[in-house]
Formats: sequence, C-alpha cells, structure tokens
Amino acid sequence: MEATHTTVIQPKKTLSLSDIKELWKYRELIYFFSWKDIKVRYKQTLIGGLWAIFQPFITMVVFTVFFGRLVGIPSDNVPYPIFVYVGLLFWQFFSSALSDTSNTLVTNQAIITKVYFPRLILPLSAVVTKFLDFAIATIILAGMMIYYHYVPSIVGVLILPILLLITFFASTGLGLFLAAINVKYRDVRYALPFFIQILLFVTPVIYPASIAGKYSWLLALNPMTGVIQTARAGLLHTTPINWELLGLSALACVVMMIVGILYFKIVERYFADII
Amino acid sequence: MTAIIEVKNLGKKYEIRQGQGGYVALRDVITNILKSPFSFAKGKAMDAVGLSKKEEFWALKGVDFTVERGEVMGIIGANGAGKSTLLKILTGITLPTEGEAILHGHVSSLLEVGTGFHPELTGRENIFLNGAILGMKKTDIEKRFDSIVEFAGIEKFLDTPVKRYSSGMYVRLAFSVAAHIEPDILLVDEVLAVGDAEFQKKCLGKMDEVTKTQGRTILFVSHNMAAIQSLCKRSILIEKGKVAMVGKTSEVIDRYLNTSLSQNAVVEFEEKAGALASIQKISLLNKDHEPRSEFPVSEPFSFEIIFECREKIDEATLSIQIYSHDRDLLLYSSEADTLERLSEYTPGKYKTTITIPEFLLNVGRYSFDAILHKPNLSMFAEARNIGFEIKNVENPRSIIFQGNHPGRISTLLSYETKGPKK
Repeated sequence: MEATHTTVIQPKKTLSLSDIKELWKYRELIYFFSWKDIKVRYKQTLIGGLWAIFQPFITMVVFTVFFGRLVGIPSDNVPYPIFVYVGLLFWQFFSSALSDTSNTLVTNQAIITKVYFPRLILPLSAVVTKFLDFAIATIILAGMMIYYHYVPSIVGVLILPILLLITFFASTGLGLFLAAINVKYRDVRYALPFFIQILLFVTPVIYPASIAGKYSWLLALNPMTGVIQTARAGLLHTTPINWELLGLSALACVVMMIVGILYFKIVERYFADII
Repeated sequence: MTAIIEVKNLGKKYEIRQGQGGYVALRDVITNILKSPFSFAKGKAMDAVGLSKKEEFWALKGVDFTVERGEVMGIIGANGAGKSTLLKILTGITLPTEGEAILHGHVSSLLEVGTGFHPELTGRENIFLNGAILGMKKTDIEKRFDSIVEFAGIEKFLDTPVKRYSSGMYVRLAFSVAAHIEPDILLVDEVLAVGDAEFQKKCLGKMDEVTKTQGRTILFVSHNMAAIQSLCKRSILIEKGKVAMVGKTSEVIDRYLNTSLSQNAVVEFEEKAGALASIQKISLLNKDHEPRSEFPVSEPFSFEIIFECREKIDEATLSIQIYSHDRDLLLYSSEADTLERLSEYTPGKYKTTITIPEFLLNVGRYSFDAILHKPNLSMFAEARNIGFEIKNVENPRSIIFQGNHPGRISTLLSYETKGPKK
C-alpha cells in the first residue's frame, strides 16, 4: 500500500491554497455542526421550533408599539410594522450571526484542544443556522406583504440573495475577527452585547436613513445601511434603489470578510495553546 | 520497511506570563488600580501588544525519531514530560515552535474519548457527530454503524439521549466510535485509563487486531506498562521534553522505572495549576509511624496521602494500585471497597492513611500509584510510581527457608493437619 497523503508539520503555517482544499475536505463537518445546533436548539422547550417564528414577530410588535406609535418615528410613508420588519429581518441575521461566530471558539474549546480540523469550520457552521432562521422569518414577511397589499418589484426579489450574501459577509467577517480576539481576551464576550446594541442605533432599522439628513453619508459606511435601504426599496418601493450605496456596502463587506479571514488564519495557530 | 512518521528536531515553546499565578482576585486587581493606575494601564497595554516579560518553557526540545509503517510504538514518560504535547503536535492541534514532522498517511487521534459528544443528542446522533469530528465521512460512518453499536453493546439505548447513559455505557460508545476510524496512523493517549477491566481488555484486543491484520501504525501513550509491553515492540522514553531513549520496549521500561521510581519516605508534589484536586504529599510510615521506604515483611506499614480539593467533587474515591518491580498489577484497592459507595469531597485538605498488613507482600521491590477518581470516568488527581521495598528482616521463615521464599504474596494461611497420632 503506497501512501498517497503526506502531511508536513512545520512551525509557520502560511495561508495557501491547501487551506481551501482542506476546508473542502471537511465540508461534511460544517453540515454536522449545524445539524447539531438545530437539533439541540429547542430541546426541552415547550413550543420548540415556534420560537423561530415568535422571536422576530414579537420584536416587530414591540418596536411598532414603542417606536411607531408612541414615539412616532417616520417610516417613508409605509405602514410601520412592515417597514420595521424588513429592517429586522436582515438585522437579526446580522446580529445573531455576529454574536454566535464571535463566541463559537470559546464555547467549543474542549473540541479545539482535543481534535484537529480547520478551525474556520466552527464559525462558518454557526452561521448556517441563521440562514434557516432567515428563511422562517421571510415567510412571516410574505404574510405581511399580502396583508398590506405590497407587490415587490422583480428586481427587488432578485436582489434579496445578494443582500443576504452581503449580510453574511459583513457579520461573518467581523465575527471571525472578534472570535479570534475572544480566544485570548474574553472581554469580547462581555463587550459584544453593548456593541451590538449600539450598532442597532447606527443602522436604519427602526428609522429611515433619510432621518439623518446631511449626515446620512456616515450611515453609508455601515454595510447594513445599504442592505436594509435596498430591501425596503425593492420590496416596499420606499425610494428608488440606490445602486451606488449598495455597491459601497458590497465593497465594505468584502473587505471585512477578507480582513476577518486573514486575521483568523494568522492567530489560528495559537488557539489550542491559549484558549 | 519505510518510515511513516519522521520527526526531526521538533521543539515546542510555551510562554508563561510572569506574575500570573493561577487566579487573580478581583479585590487585588482593584487595589492595584487604585494604588498605581498608570503602571496598571501600562502593564495591560504591554500584555496586549505582547511586550511584557515572559518566562519561556520548552515542553519539547530537539525531539528526533522515526516510526516504521505498521509499527506500534510506545511512548513512556513521567507526567509533564511532554508526551501529550508531542501527540498534539503530530495531530496538528498545536504547531511546533521549531523542527518538523513528516507523516505519510492519514492521521487520527484518540486523545480523549467522547470529545464532542452532546448530552442532549441520542446515541445514534452522537455516533454521527463524533465520527464526523474525528474525521470520518458520513458514508464511512453509515458503513460501520452496526459494528460500532455492537462493539459498544448499546443496541437498546440507541435512541436515548446520552445524558441518560451510565458512565460505563458512555465511555464504551465513545471508544467504539473512535476505534472504528481507519486512519493509516493512529495516535492514542491514555484512553484506556477509563472503562472497566473487561472493556479495557476488549479495547487492547481491538488495537492489537487493527495493527496485525490491517497494518496500521500506532503511537501509544500510556502509564499502563503492561499494556505497552504487550502491544509495542519498540518504545520511546521522554524525559523533560527530550528523547531519553528509543529501543526495545522491555529495555525502555526498565530504564524508565529505574529512573523514575522515587524511593523516598516522603514525596511532595508540585501544584498542578487549574486542577480540581491535587495530591500534595505522600508519606510512607512504618508501624511506629516513622517515615521509611523499607519495611520488614513481618510488620504492617502505611501510606499517608495528603490531598487538597479546590472545588467540590460530588462523587469520587481514593484508590491505590500496587505494582511489582516488573510492573504487574498486584493489588487494586479503593476506599469505596469498604465504604461501598463513592464519597463527596468539599473543598479543603484531606489526609487518608492506608494500612498494608504484615505478610501481604513478599520480599522485593514494589511501587504504587495513588489516584483520586470517579472510577471509569474521570481522574481528579494522581501520583504515580512511588517506590518502596519489603525487606527480609525479623522474618522467622527466613531461617527455615534460608532466605529463599518465592512468590509475590506471602499472606500467612492457616494449616490444619490431621494425621496418625504420635
């Protein structure tokens, strides 16, 4: 029997094509980790998977009552519930993906110190579950659009996957960066909830971007601004789609993803030693 | 024969930050900040950018060896000698600081059984999850599924969450999954420390079968010299991060036992950071409670074990294992034997004295291990290879037998003889 597979273990591990090959070899593990997350998630709960529907729905109701009715935030001449829901749809994907990827290495430290596999698999599989949540939340959106008689433009529907991809890149890129820092400094774990809360207020989720007036360019630096603005434009016809803004968001999220992966790969070799 | 593993000048350095001994109390941190806010901030900033003073510690240094295809190589060494670090580097869990290792073939490791088991998932689900984590493909797991279940003997509980399993079942299932990975090179670290004796035998049998029939290469780390002796032709002795000897297993074991056997009446141990409990001191006392390492065969003697629990341990017991000079296990004794249950240990210091009756062990050299554990499941603290000697003094038998009384046990039995009346 001739060995077909040779591994050379050396001190410095540089980024290379073999990393991608390796990730591909272990692709089934991504599936198994996400499968575990889904299986375990609603164990020992009374209403199980219904939580996936309740969470975005109740958040929408609460926001509508407080921000829409009591505060009276403008909503680009669209009923506030559906206006805020489109924002929440992407925001919840972003915030939960960000917080799960950031903590995934620490919560799995027992596995990291005992078994080898490409570490990128852990944060990546943490995001897979979020796609499922997104799909469930989209069903509610469809129901609301029927209720409020909104017909999305064809471009609006076709662009949704791209928006989702941008959200995925932005949250995962940032998440990888924070996950790697979290290995050494657990401060991330405690600072992150505040960070996410602040981000919610600098992202036009509960208010339209137009409210910022001449400072709206500041909001544009946040890739989620472009995503949510475009989604509202495409689905609810609030404004024409701002392609320039969307392009900027796409560029920003690609940069975030590249920086995230690079930083993650560089510090990856210390993970098992210092976690 | 060709080399399947080539290790060249391998080294691994760890950096320990100075002044960071174990837990830091919040109160101390606050006083430090109040006393000297600037130096505190400076220190933290230095830490963050990696400029603070660090102590270097080489867990491995200049390690060279090769393993041939189909060979079962034992790795022997005292606790903290660097055996586990070596395996962690070979599996890729951690990277070396210098040198290289070349592995011709797929590598898999059995570093701790049950890694990645999820308590809420059923046995069936965990077989798939654990198999995937250990590097098996889904189709491979499906192919070997029946064999895994049969080996573990858990057919009836396949669809029960593993949190409801007994500890024995849990370990059996975990080992069974791991034993069915079929890599070219298998790295095994002390996994046989868990499980009952019968299951251990089954596992050893499985490993033996795997190497003989399938030509697999195994690197086997264990404190169980009998297991190493029976499985491995050649072994490596690691001492303080360096290869002290490579050669025939029996010779390597001899060298190890001779150098590591601490034949002192009082042995003190270093604190192990982060452990739940630790054995601090073991004293060997003669019948007058004086520390000795040699005892007359005709007198009782005792082991006094002082250990500390840092956190509450719900279920555990203290056990000792007495070995002959050639590493045969002669006696396995546990506090739970007489208590008939496991004990609860609240944080604090404990002292247990174990008395060995006279005439139990025959004249010769022995060693023993003391362990605080939950049998078959987890090890909380251990102290290994404490040596002592039984001497042939004040023994009435030695006059009759002229000092030559064979056997390992020398318990006095009662003889009742009936014969013709005198």
